[in-house]
Amino acid sequence: MRTVFARMGRPLEMGLKTALAGVAEIAASVLVVVAFTTLVLLVAGAPPLDTFAVLVKGSLGSWSKLSHVIKVWIPLTLASCGLLFTFKAGLWNIGVEGQVMMGAVATTLAMRMGGPSPLAGMVTALALVAGMAGGALWALCAGFLKTKAGVHEIFAGLGLNFVSQGLVLWLIFGPWKQPGIASMSGTETFDERLWIPSIEALNLSPAALGMAVAAVIVTAYLLSSTRLGLYLRAVGGNEKAAVLFGLKPHAVMTAAMLCAGGLAGLAGAFQVSGVYHRLIPAISSGYGYLALLVVLLAYYNVWAAPVVAFFFACLNTGAIQLPMLLSLDSSLSGVIQGSMVIAALAVHSVSTRSRRSRG
Amino acid sequence: MNKRLVFVSALVLIVLSPFVPRLAVAATKPYVFGLLLVGPYNDKGYSQAHYEGGRYVEKTVPGTKMIYIDKVNPSDRPGVTIVQLVDDMVEKGARLVIANSDDMKDGIREAARKHPNIHFVHVSGDDVLTGKAPSNLVNIFGRMEYGKMMAGFAAALTTKTGKIGYLGPLINEETRRLASAAYLGARYAWEKVIKRNPNDLTFQVTWIGFWFNIPGVTADPSQVAKNFYDSGFDVVISGIDTTEAVMVAKQKVNEGKKVWAIPYDYVGACEGGSSVCLGVPYFNWGPGYASLVKKSMSGHWKPEWIWLGPDWKDINNPATSTVGFMVGDALSQEARKALKDFIAGLASGKVQLFKGPLNFQDGRVFLKKGEVATDRQIWYLPMLLQGMKGASSQAK
Repeated sequence: MRTVFARMGRPLEMGLKTALAGVAEIAASVLVVVAFTTLVLLVAGAPPLDTFAVLVKGSLGSWSKLSHVIKVWIPLTLASCGLLFTFKAGLWNIGVEGQVMMGAVATTLAMRMGGPSPLAGMVTALALVAGMAGGALWALCAGFLKTKAGVHEIFAGLGLNFVSQGLVLWLIFGPWKQPGIASMSGTETFDERLWIPSIEALNLSPAALGMAVAAVIVTAYLLSSTRLGLYLRAVGGNEKAAVLFGLKPHAVMTAAMLCAGGLAGLAGAFQVSGVYHRLIPAISSGYGYLALLVVLLAYYNVWAAPVVAFFFACLNTGAIQLPMLLSLDSSLSGVIQGSMVIAALAVHSVSTRSRRSRG
Repeated sequence: MNKRLVFVSALVLIVLSPFVPRLAVAATKPYVFGLLLVGPYNDKGYSQAHYEGGRYVEKTVPGTKMIYIDKVNPSDRPGVTIVQLVDDMVEKGARLVIANSDDMKDGIREAARKHPNIHFVHVSGDDVLTGKAPSNLVNIFGRMEYGKMMAGFAAALTTKTGKIGYLGPLINEETRRLASAAYLGARYAWEKVIKRNPNDLTFQVTWIGFWFNIPGVTADPSQVAKNFYDSGFDVVISGIDTTEAVMVAKQKVNEGKKVWAIPYDYVGACEGGSSVCLGVPYFNWGPGYASLVKKSMSGHWKPEWIWLGPDWKDINNPATSTVGFMVGDALSQEARKALKDFIAGLASGKVQLFKGPLNFQDGRVFLKKGEVATDRQIWYLPMLLQGMKGASSQAK
């Protein structure tokens, strides 16, 4: 791990001044974030201390709660890792939400085709691969719209998100509906043999956890120590200059989209095979959009992203306690997440600007 | 050292640190039961009826305490699963957990298997009938088809255009059964009370796709109700969890139209809509829940499939009747009288509506002449009935 850290490309010999400035920035960020969040809570009529306490207890207060945090963390981390590729290449892959959904659709398709055979484990594994392929293909659509048709990836992504949501709804209400039932509540639950295996006593799937951890490590390696990472950064840093170095920005962008889509698709595959065990309209749980916030708050850092994702997963899981214990709406957690990102970005932009003006 | 990592970890630590010592969970002494509501606890509809039922248990069974969580559906609470909520309720001391929606069937079965020492109630389900239920899970529901018959009856006596709209949720056995019951009530009033030709009665079912409006996912129930009223339907019977039909009817009356609505589920659903509300067939979960909680407390729990009817002595008795019909202000005096006789007929068994000859929508025979449907035939109604318009989503 140490070598990976060292290869991150950041000079370790940070000057004392810079270090102090960094600490000051962190302190300022935390202060602003806490102050801002408290203000939001006060405006919402929530007692801030109790709210924070409930969120912590509700997410870390017991193993079963922590295990649910991990269930949220896995897809969130997968999608965040995917976004790191596109952000490095300077792409705003808003379409990640749709890529999660299409991963879920492809996984559902594979599981329906495979069925609960004696080779159920195989089917599940193939279904996960199908999920990655589904997400990657969907990302490729946005990529081609960007590189071939000149449609900005934000608009292409948003459009494709709507299309994929429409497709999910149509499948649930149409071809994949439960026999004798027409309901938006989802397709039929898969046979238990097709679920991602988990240790029941721990309510934890080592396979899924391993996938997410592996995704982080592979992403870090690819971004820091391979040509792909170098190319992505070159194109993200300056597309025109990259051309001068003999790079093909469009090919690099497409590669970034493929990686992002694949990981987002895997997140969707986990939602189907590990969480809901069927396809539902809200299959993505909004994790694509949430992953965008994660990566922004992590400031595009591959090691910070899983930490932020864990923090967000805690917020999401703890928030369910708000209505139960404080009669508060649990959507407050979304407000807290949003205000944190805004506050952190604001502090960062102020400090960057002041550093620049000093330099 | 990585700056971002430090930043985020510091942030997490600072935010969390003051609360760590307070993590102990207080011990609970009373008998705690949990309630999972698919919609908001104050929806004036299906979920509120369950919520009030839980409160009734707290009031009438000494030593009980309810914990509840509402809006339990993946659209309102993304990423949250039934099992997760049950785990949490059990940690909070719940000894019995009630899941109020058809939508929770798989989740609550999974939770019941995971917590074999906790008692579970799935409302509207059939896991006990199908043998899928573990022994700690029971099913309960009300014989709402009677309430729906009364609703259809009131609608047919009121409509001037002869066109009744049924605002349906999603299509399954339960909703086919209830829509068909409303149709049978309407046809009975039309044919037997006001002596009209049944072919002149239009009964259209339009499904929105879920129990309540989910923007972008379901059809918008307000829009569906509007379409009904704008195309000559003057009475809309609601089969969904919420009260859009009443709201839209009020708007239409304000615009000068003569229209009515019949909401569903909750005894107070007509509140605020007295000018349009013909009445409401409602669930009264209190007595059913209280009996289950008592069984659980006293060790008399057993796997059962419970289908509770109205108390025919007084269908609006909150202590005894699971299904009732609260007459609304907009129902005419004449119709009220006829409805009273109709209810008496149902009570005595003189009026049998699930009785042949009855055909399915596609013309196949459901019940031969004189044949009375069994509970199972009514529960598992595979198709809408002949004379009704709308999708059936027939089982293969």
